[in-house]
Amino acid sequence: MRVGEIVTAGVLALLSIYLMYKASANGIGYTRGSGPQGGFWPFWLSAGMLISTGFIALNWVRQVSPQSRSQEPVLDSFGLKTLLLVGGGIIGFVALIDIVSMYGAVAIFMLYYIKLLGQHSWRLTVPMVLLFPLGLFFFFEGLMQISMPTGMSFTDPVYNVLYDIIY
Amino acid sequence: MNILKTLAIGIAALGLSAPAAMADWQPRKPIDFVIMAGPGGGADQIARFIQSVVEKKDMTSRPLIPNNKGGGSGAESLIWLNDANDANHTLLVTLNSFFATPIRQPELGIDIQTFTPVAMMGVDPFALWVHKDSGIETFEQWVETVKAADGEYVVGGTGTGQEDSIVFAYLSKAYDLKLKYIPFDGGGAVAAALAGQQIMATVNNPAEARGFYQSGDVRPLLVFSDERMESYPDAPTLKEQGHDFSYYNQRAIVGAPGMSDEAATYYQDLFAEVYNSEEWQGYMEKESLSPLWMDADEQRGYWKIQVDNHNDLLTGMK
Amino acid sequence: MEILSLLGDGMLVAIQPLNLMLILIGVTLGLFIGAMPGLGSVNGVAILLPVTFLVPPGSAIIFLAAIYYGAMYGGAISSITLGIPGASTAVATTFDGRPLAMMGKARLALVAAAIGSFVGGTVANVLFTGFAPLLATVALSFGPPEIFALMLLAFATFVGLGGDDIAKTVFSICFGLVLATVGFDQVSGAPRLLLFDLSGFLGGISFLVLAIGVYGIGEMLWTLESTRGKITTTDAKMSVKGIVEDMGETARKGWKGTATGSFLGFFVGVLPAAGATPASLMSYAITKMLSKNKHEFGKGHVGGVAAPEAGNNSASTGSMLPMLTLGIPGSPTTAILLGGMVIWGLTPGPRLFVDEPDFVWGLIGSFYVSNIFALLVNICAIPLFIWMLRMPFTVLAPLIFVLSVVGGYAAMQDMFDIWLILAFGFGAFFLRKFDYPLAPAVLAIVLGPIAEPTLRQSLLLSSGDPSIFFTRPISMPIMVIAILLILMPAFKYLRPRRTSAAE
Repeated sequence: MRVGEIVTAGVLALLSIYLMYKASANGIGYTRGSGPQGGFWPFWLSAGMLISTGFIALNWVRQVSPQSRSQEPVLDSFGLKTLLLVGGGIIGFVALIDIVSMYGAVAIFMLYYIKLLGQHSWRLTVPMVLLFPLGLFFFFEGLMQISMPTGMSFTDPVYNVLYDIIY
Repeated sequence: MNILKTLAIGIAALGLSAPAAMADWQPRKPIDFVIMAGPGGGADQIARFIQSVVEKKDMTSRPLIPNNKGGGSGAESLIWLNDANDANHTLLVTLNSFFATPIRQPELGIDIQTFTPVAMMGVDPFALWVHKDSGIETFEQWVETVKAADGEYVVGGTGTGQEDSIVFAYLSKAYDLKLKYIPFDGGGAVAAALAGQQIMATVNNPAEARGFYQSGDVRPLLVFSDERMESYPDAPTLKEQGHDFSYYNQRAIVGAPGMSDEAATYYQDLFAEVYNSEEWQGYMEKESLSPLWMDADEQRGYWKIQVDNHNDLLTGMK
Repeated sequence: MEILSLLGDGMLVAIQPLNLMLILIGVTLGLFIGAMPGLGSVNGVAILLPVTFLVPPGSAIIFLAAIYYGAMYGGAISSITLGIPGASTAVATTFDGRPLAMMGKARLALVAAAIGSFVGGTVANVLFTGFAPLLATVALSFGPPEIFALMLLAFATFVGLGGDDIAKTVFSICFGLVLATVGFDQVSGAPRLLLFDLSGFLGGISFLVLAIGVYGIGEMLWTLESTRGKITTTDAKMSVKGIVEDMGETARKGWKGTATGSFLGFFVGVLPAAGATPASLMSYAITKMLSKNKHEFGKGHVGGVAAPEAGNNSASTGSMLPMLTLGIPGSPTTAILLGGMVIWGLTPGPRLFVDEPDFVWGLIGSFYVSNIFALLVNICAIPLFIWMLRMPFTVLAPLIFVLSVVGGYAAMQDMFDIWLILAFGFGAFFLRKFDYPLAPAVLAIVLGPIAEPTLRQSLLLSSGDPSIFFTRPISMPIMVIAILLILMPAFKYLRPRRTSAAE
């Protein structure tokens, strides 16, 4: 954690500098007669971020925060595994949306999480995987009139049937 | 939706029938009805009004779904249409930012002539407003007051580079005025700022100023239309004042680039039906919109003229 | 008392059997829409607007009011049970609502939220009935400098909200404010801060994207990781007696917060452009400031749930005032209602109360009735939400992830924003590990877009002279209070440092 704290502060400092650089493109000056230019507000707030990371670093040197004293790893093997399996699963879920449509991706993600990660029985998994996306479809598309991505064209036959039901 | 609709119909004991004549092409999924402005403004009200007319008369087999994308004087919506993944189901409700924004931001890479003309529903005129407590009764008095204020006269409108600022820029050039322009984030906020005397003058559309006009808080001095407006017979036009300038906000529906001809025909017929409906005609009259129907070819010609106009106006602003 | 008889007529219309049914349906629907992360009253009102053509206008208004109230109650539910604030107005509700749920007191938190909302809504309705035209005049006198001063006051209350690490809190506030400037500069109309030159940033970064990323993804990952997967969520017992006891506890411990929120919320809500988010935030902060048990806040204090809920309900009702009398929509929902009024042939403005009393008082009358029904439906639905929390966490967790993504897409309609939600989520996971408070960033992204333009409008008005904030009669006192509040913790911060150095 001690190393992580200063690395995080360093990354955030770099982010602040990048934001200051981007903001400077809009003019950071204070024009006489009309007040600040477009980049004034974001530039000085980014500068505030940079200064804060400076204080965080100072506190790290003085070992004020609990993280700067801790010798535990940021992510132990369990943490890493959780992050990879769950976080990776979510990334996979979102990546699938443009291919198999929103509701298809929801079903696959639920199957992955409940069956593989949760190791629940098929009796619980199958209804969840089938009914939950279907319920979402009728709630969003039917009731709320919000259309979700339908993925690549091979899903069209399914959606044509579903749209005919709700409209 | 259907559940609610059925319910509502049932309760009101209203039987609606008579499906619209079947065209060759029909939308297969909900139509993305993009609005070039945030919720609450003129374009938004029109979009929702049209949606409700279509819904009421059951004119489409799939609903129009309003989608506000007003970011960056409409740049957000132009990019959205340019990159639309289903051009046949994407429409845009426009205002004059449709012409001005691509000129002001060439880096967006938007060529509006690639868009598909659908319908011109009318145009919205502008008027010059002051607060009643200012004591200003005529446009000549206003010009004198502004000159006397010597740069301290505060006016307000929507974002810099948008319609309101273009109109003020023209005025200040034509009469050699020094104005202090404060941008607000919507016509409603501008109207209230004038009523609260935070600013001294605006160029709101009639609909935006109507509430405070009825209560007598604000007064129109001048209109920017070609002829005097029925609602304000005493306000002269700028043309009468010897300047060949009129300015209207377009209220038009545009399709995404790459829309198929069949789909374009379908939407053109649909909006022609809306335009001719009693509801829309009544709305135009109440909101002081000027009727201006154009077919697809006329619209393309109109776009060319407007792009040239805005090029001149925006160059003049610098 | 003409007003009272008009109001009575409005209420009588609302309790006709037919309209009562509409209210019941509207409130229930609104409750679930509001509880869904990403959806709020704006969605409910938007889909219903076209339908209102099909029913008599009176019933249409009542239906819309019922949805509006239901959704306001619903916002607290996702804050408490899922830990995701479904709307910016419910962020402050997570501060104590989530800890209560984790302690197995979700029922208490839900009851406190319901009661707080009910009282807030009722007080606001009464104030609205009594003082509407007068307050409209006050609201008009709030120009850009006054609104900016008010925003500064809201920021001042942040300082007390963060964790113990001031540097990290300041970082979080600044970060949220910078994120809020991404997109377009309203004043000059130029694109700004398009990070990595991605055109997806042209639309700006919505509050919902950051909030769903931080709470729906980041906080969830952190919970899964830090509890080593052996999470035992709330196991609150459900019984009628329990709910009654919880009501008693809310009354005992939460009355101060409820009272503060109800009144403060209304006045903040009435001001144009301010809205319910600063109202709920300030209600929370002031309740905490006035409480004898400050240290209990943020760890599960009943008052910390009741105060922001009373505040945001009261403010949401209050925000109807600038919409009706000035034509300024304070929120997307009121903007759509404004559109609806135009469709119904009504003109918002100072004349509305005089020309269309039936409409105005009918609307207010149905607010009273809807508020009562929203409370009843909410209380009856609590067992359902508690039951949801009893699901095994390996089922609940994927549901929350799915709702975050689906709800995020529903609100934004753009895959770019979904990837952004993930990016914020993973970032928030690491920042959470290092104890960076993230709530200030989430709130800053809501208030930033109000604060920056009003600051620049003010300076345009004064030709760049900052003394404008101290020479206007309303902005001056607000500015002074805000600055004192900001400086106060700075003094406190200096003192314990000296003592720790002496150790």
